[in-house]
Formats: sequence, structure tokens, C-alpha cells
Amino acid sequence: MSLFTSGFWDIYVAGLTIVSIIGCGVLLWFQSTHRTSGGETSGHVWDEDIKEYNNPMPRWWSWLFYLTIVFSLGYLAVYPGLGSYAGVFGWTQVQQLEEENKQAQAVYGPLYDKFAAQDVVSLSKNPQALAVGQKLFLNYCAQCHASDGGGSRGFPNLTDKDWLWGGTPEAIKTSISEGRTGVMPPWGQAIGDEGVKNVTAYLMQLSGNAYDSLRAYSGKEVYAKTCVACHGADGKGNQALGAPNLTDKIWLHGSGEEIAETISRGRQNQMPAHKDLLSPAKIHLLTAYVLSLSGK
Amino acid sequence: MKTDVVDLYEIRKTIHPRAVHGRFAAWRWALVWATQLVFYGVAWLPWNGRQAVLFDIAHRKFYILGFVFWPQDIIYLTVLLIVSALSLFLFTAVAGRLWCGYACPQTVYTEIFMWIEHKIEGDRNARIKLDKEGATANKILKRGSKHAIWALLALWTGFTFVGYFTPIRELWGEVMTLSTGPWETFWILFYGFATYGNAGWMREQVCIYMCPYARFQSAMFDKDTLIIGYDPKRGEPRGKGEGKGDCIDCSICVQVCPTGIDIRNGLQYQCIGCAACIDGCDQVMEKIGRPKGLIRYDTVHAMEGQPTRILRPRVLIYSAVLAAIVIAAGAGLWMRVPLKVDVIRDRAAIAREVEGGLVENLYRLQIMNTTEAGRRFEIAASGLPTLAVATEPAVQLAATESRMVLVRLRVDPGQVKAGTHPIRFHVRAGDDEQVAVQEKSVFIVR
Repeated sequence: MSLFTSGFWDIYVAGLTIVSIIGCGVLLWFQSTHRTSGGETSGHVWDEDIKEYNNPMPRWWSWLFYLTIVFSLGYLAVYPGLGSYAGVFGWTQVQQLEEENKQAQAVYGPLYDKFAAQDVVSLSKNPQALAVGQKLFLNYCAQCHASDGGGSRGFPNLTDKDWLWGGTPEAIKTSISEGRTGVMPPWGQAIGDEGVKNVTAYLMQLSGNAYDSLRAYSGKEVYAKTCVACHGADGKGNQALGAPNLTDKIWLHGSGEEIAETISRGRQNQMPAHKDLLSPAKIHLLTAYVLSLSGK
Repeated sequence: MKTDVVDLYEIRKTIHPRAVHGRFAAWRWALVWATQLVFYGVAWLPWNGRQAVLFDIAHRKFYILGFVFWPQDIIYLTVLLIVSALSLFLFTAVAGRLWCGYACPQTVYTEIFMWIEHKIEGDRNARIKLDKEGATANKILKRGSKHAIWALLALWTGFTFVGYFTPIRELWGEVMTLSTGPWETFWILFYGFATYGNAGWMREQVCIYMCPYARFQSAMFDKDTLIIGYDPKRGEPRGKGEGKGDCIDCSICVQVCPTGIDIRNGLQYQCIGCAACIDGCDQVMEKIGRPKGLIRYDTVHAMEGQPTRILRPRVLIYSAVLAAIVIAAGAGLWMRVPLKVDVIRDRAAIAREVEGGLVENLYRLQIMNTTEAGRRFEIAASGLPTLAVATEPAVQLAATESRMVLVRLRVDPGQVKAGTHPIRFHVRAGDDEQVAVQEKSVFIVR
């Protein structure tokens, strides 16, 4: 890879480097003796009476100087440094990263392979696997689903038994690796403000809350026309579509005013895909960990 | 004007110090024994079923007798370094280069190496003669065995040093089976080579050209500082016979000097204050029947016949600062709680509703048990009405374990208005009320 558009600059940098190093050596050679008009001091005086003596340095000290020159030439021969010259070792940062990754793989690979060979359900009961799984979860999942998997508004709770897209090992694994996009279309325009209020009342009834029976009665009719397709006639939802169960007390986006808002304006929720980020073995382990969260 | 060309780098002149006995040499040997028994011995000392002093870098635990220090305790290392530096300043201001002359590893190892050299090759004159010999069998045998013994001692030093960072008994087993790891091998050889090179070859060159302390201590000297000085009023003019001073110009003081200077030229930066010249001169004075102390520990003021002031501002300031830091560090160490807690609030999941209309916040508590016994810790929180811990309120930790514990806190939003509220976590040992830590955090209600 060339850093410059013209090869001239490579030669310029390399030349400058070589000339500087040789220049240092030459300077050192010519500065190792000193022409003096006699006298013990250098002639410099500080603080009225402190004079600098001409005490010679030890010879080994100048050897160290020369040694640094030899070292720098050797270094430039084997490592990149002279313009675009790659060096005898052909070392690159990318290569070093790859090698370190390979070493890490050699160390941690067998551990994950061992877990990958077991099925998710038995892994979800294996404390050693769960300890590793928790570390992965805290790294990759806790930002949204919280450190305990309990989620928060807009981010599903993984510790209850209520699943938007299914709680089987296969469904969980698909959610992690492929991601999910949940879409609730906005119905405000189609059913009007009254319709929204009525359906909300019906949902209160469905989920066992206090409700306005008159509105709920009208709401049931609207529900039967507009909502059944996804949420089902009984309101239990459809995991194939990610349509939530409306008969329990779990409201992802809030249980008050937010229900009417959800109906009126719709929702778009995204679980990002992790297959490009995590290895299959790690996703396998995470699946087991997520399964264990709701299994307690 | 006549000019000369002088070489700015001089070839080192080999120094063959003559062996010396006496009061101060005895003190130096006492310190050699004291420091080396500690250095070579302490590594083998057991404590609580582990090594008494072990700096376990891999696991980031630093054991010193009954204490287990964690990286968070780095302040104690800082304090130790500050105390060492200030002590050095104080000793130097009062008594000159005491450290250099008696306790510095460079001096101590040079002393041991010179003793070996003396045993094998003989004293100064024998060594100078040996130097001039060609490659005779005698010379090869003597020099060879000297370097072999030096190398063995140096390797043992390197091994001991590494033994403070990796358990020395296991390391010994590895050394015997030649199965030390690459870094252990490197550091044993590195410190071995440093010992061999510095005490065998470099010697006074280290003090004169490499040691930074030797360079800046002149800033701590004044005319009331104890130095090793020659008394010219008594000694001059040198020589034997009528009308001469006490100095008979026997040059013993020059022969015994490990840095090759003549103390009679006055205080020089090369002088490490080892007092070998005092011991040498005192013996001569005894033989010729003159009072000892022609070369002696004294201050410039005393040599000039003026009174010496020990309590100068610099001595008082060094002492006061040193005492303050030692007392503060001692108190800190005494009151140190063997428990550490870090609180990290969940950042994205700010607050959530849970059953019963309560608001829940989630925290990761890193609880670190810095004792060497298992312990149960109770977790509580305070700062808001109805604030309660909704997770397990206690956790059992093994010896020196650090564990992340998820803690859920809940409040009734009817009692607390929306916003960010400061709270405190209280973690304390179940068996000891003194072992308790408070950590600040916040609770968010929306």
C-alpha cells in the first residue's frame, strides 16, 4: 500500500532517514575529540563561581551511541520504515492482528466448540456455559435488554414467559442471528379517534383491567374488522408475525395512554441481526443463556 | 595560543580496590547481610498457605504478609515511593551519601562480587599482577572460576527476583526441569545479566555516569551535611619526618577507594561515601601512633572550625513532610476496609415499570472481597422513601473473590417525583460491622 500518489516521496523519506542516521554517526565521530587551548574548565561559569570541568565521558558511553546507529539500521532493514520498503520480516499491523486473533481462537475456540456440540436446552442448565453466556449477554445484549434481561420500555423483557416471536430454542436463535422487525401499522386515520378509544377499552377488557363496557362493546366490532388479522380473534397474538398477546398484562410500550398511541400511530421495533457480529458458537451459547433467563 | 586535541571519551581505567577492614567496613557488611538475608530469604517465607510476599501480576493481587493489595490500592505504592524519596532527601541532607555507601544494591552487590574476586584472585597487588599476565593457565583458571561464580550468584539473584512475581517454589521446580516460561526465562536472565554486569563489570561507572540520584543529591548538600573529608590542617604538608603533617602520603586511602579518587583533593562528585578511606587511614594512624580521624565523617563547617547546625530549615521541612505522610499512610493502612465496591448503573434501560406499579432501576455492583477468607456481604440502599432492594439482599464471596452482582432497586412512584435522585449503596460484611462500604449512585424515576 502506498501512502503517496507519487513514488518520489517514498524515496525522499527513505533518503532523508538514511542521510540523518549516517549524519548522526559522522557528527559523533567528529565530536569525539575537542580542540582546546588548555585549561581544565570549559570556560563556562554559573552562579558566580561554579565552573564546568572538561571531564571526559567514558568510552563505553560513545559505544552506546554507535550501537543505537547500528540498531536503527538493523531495525530499518527488517521492519517497515524506509519509505514504502516492507522490511525483510514483511511485518504489518493487520497481519499481527490476524495472528493474535488466531491465537485467541486457539485458546477460546475449543471452549465454544465444546458448548456448540451440546443442545441448547442442556446448555441452559449448565452453570459453566451460563457463566460464559452471561459475559456475552452483558457485552452484546444488556445495552437494550438490561443487565438482568428484564428489558425496559420498548425493549422486551426476556425473563418472563411471554415471547413476541416464540420462545423455542430455534425461534430465539433466529431472533438473535437474523434480527426481527416488528411493525404495528397506524390505525388512527382508518378508525378515527372514537375507534381508537373504543378499541383501547376493549383491550382493557381483554387484559383483565377496568374498562368502559359501552366503549368496549363498540371496540370489539372495530377489533374484529381491523385487528384480528394479526392479533387473532382471541387476542392472543401471532408469534409468526411478532404480534403481541393482548390478553396479558405485559405492555411493551406502556400500559396507560401509550396503548391508544400505539393503535393510532403504530409502532416500529427493531432487533438487530447479530450473525455478522458473533460466531455461530457464541449465538448458540447466547440462545441457551436467554432461554435460562425465562426458565427460572 | 597553543591548542591541544583532547579525546572527549576516555578509556576506562580499571580500579582494583584494596580490601579494607574496620568500623565502617563492618557496618557495610552488616547491611550486606541484613539486606541480602531479606532479599534472598523473604521470597521463601510462607504465610497463610501461600508465599508471604508475592506480587501476582497475572491475577492483579499483591500479597505482603497479612495484606492483600489490589490494583485499586496503587496509592500505597505511590506513598511508599514518596516516603522512600523523602527519606533519601532527609538522610542526604543530614548525613550525605549514607544510602550510596551502605545500602544501595549497586554497593552491596559490588561488595559481594569484590569479596569473591578477592578470595580467588587475591588482593589489589595480586590482581594488578594478574592483569598484566598473558593468557596463562593460571590466569584462565582464576578468571574463569571467578566469572563462573559471579554468573551463578547473578542467576540466583535473577531467580530470586522473579520469585517475587511468580511463586518461587513452583519456579524452582520449573528451573530444575528447565521448563520456565518464556517471560520467566527472559527476566531471570535479564536480572542475572544486570547483576553480573553492574556488580562485576560496571561498578563505579554506574555511580558516576548512570545513577540519577548521585547527580541531583548535590542539591541537598550544604556545609552542615556530614561528608567524608580529609583534614588538611592536620595532614599537610604530606610526607615523613620533621615539620610534616600527619599524612605520610602512604596512598592507602587512594588504593582502597572503589571509585578511584583521592579524597585528599576534597569533596568530589564520584565519592559514594563508603568510608573505606577512613578505615584505611585509621589503621595507618594507629600504626604510626597518631590520633585517628585524619580522614573522617565531618561537616565542612566543622572542618573549618565553625559549629555545625543539624536542625536547618531543609532538615525540618523534610522531616515534617515525611512524618505527615508516614502518619497519614499508617492511619490509612490501619483503617483500610478489606472490601471494595464499584457501582455501575444500567445506562440504556433507564427505569422500568414492574408489577404493583413500582419503578425499578438496575445496577451492576462489583463486590471485591480483599480478605483471604470467604465472607457474606449484605447489600442495602438508602436515600429515597420506599427504596428497597428487590434482589437477593446478601451474597457469599469466596476468599479474594471479585464478583459482579446485579441489584434491582424499587420505589413507589407515588412517593417520589420524576427525575434523578441521589442514593447510596451500603455493602457490609455479615460478620463484621466495621467492614462496610458506601457507594454513591442515582435512581431515576420517570
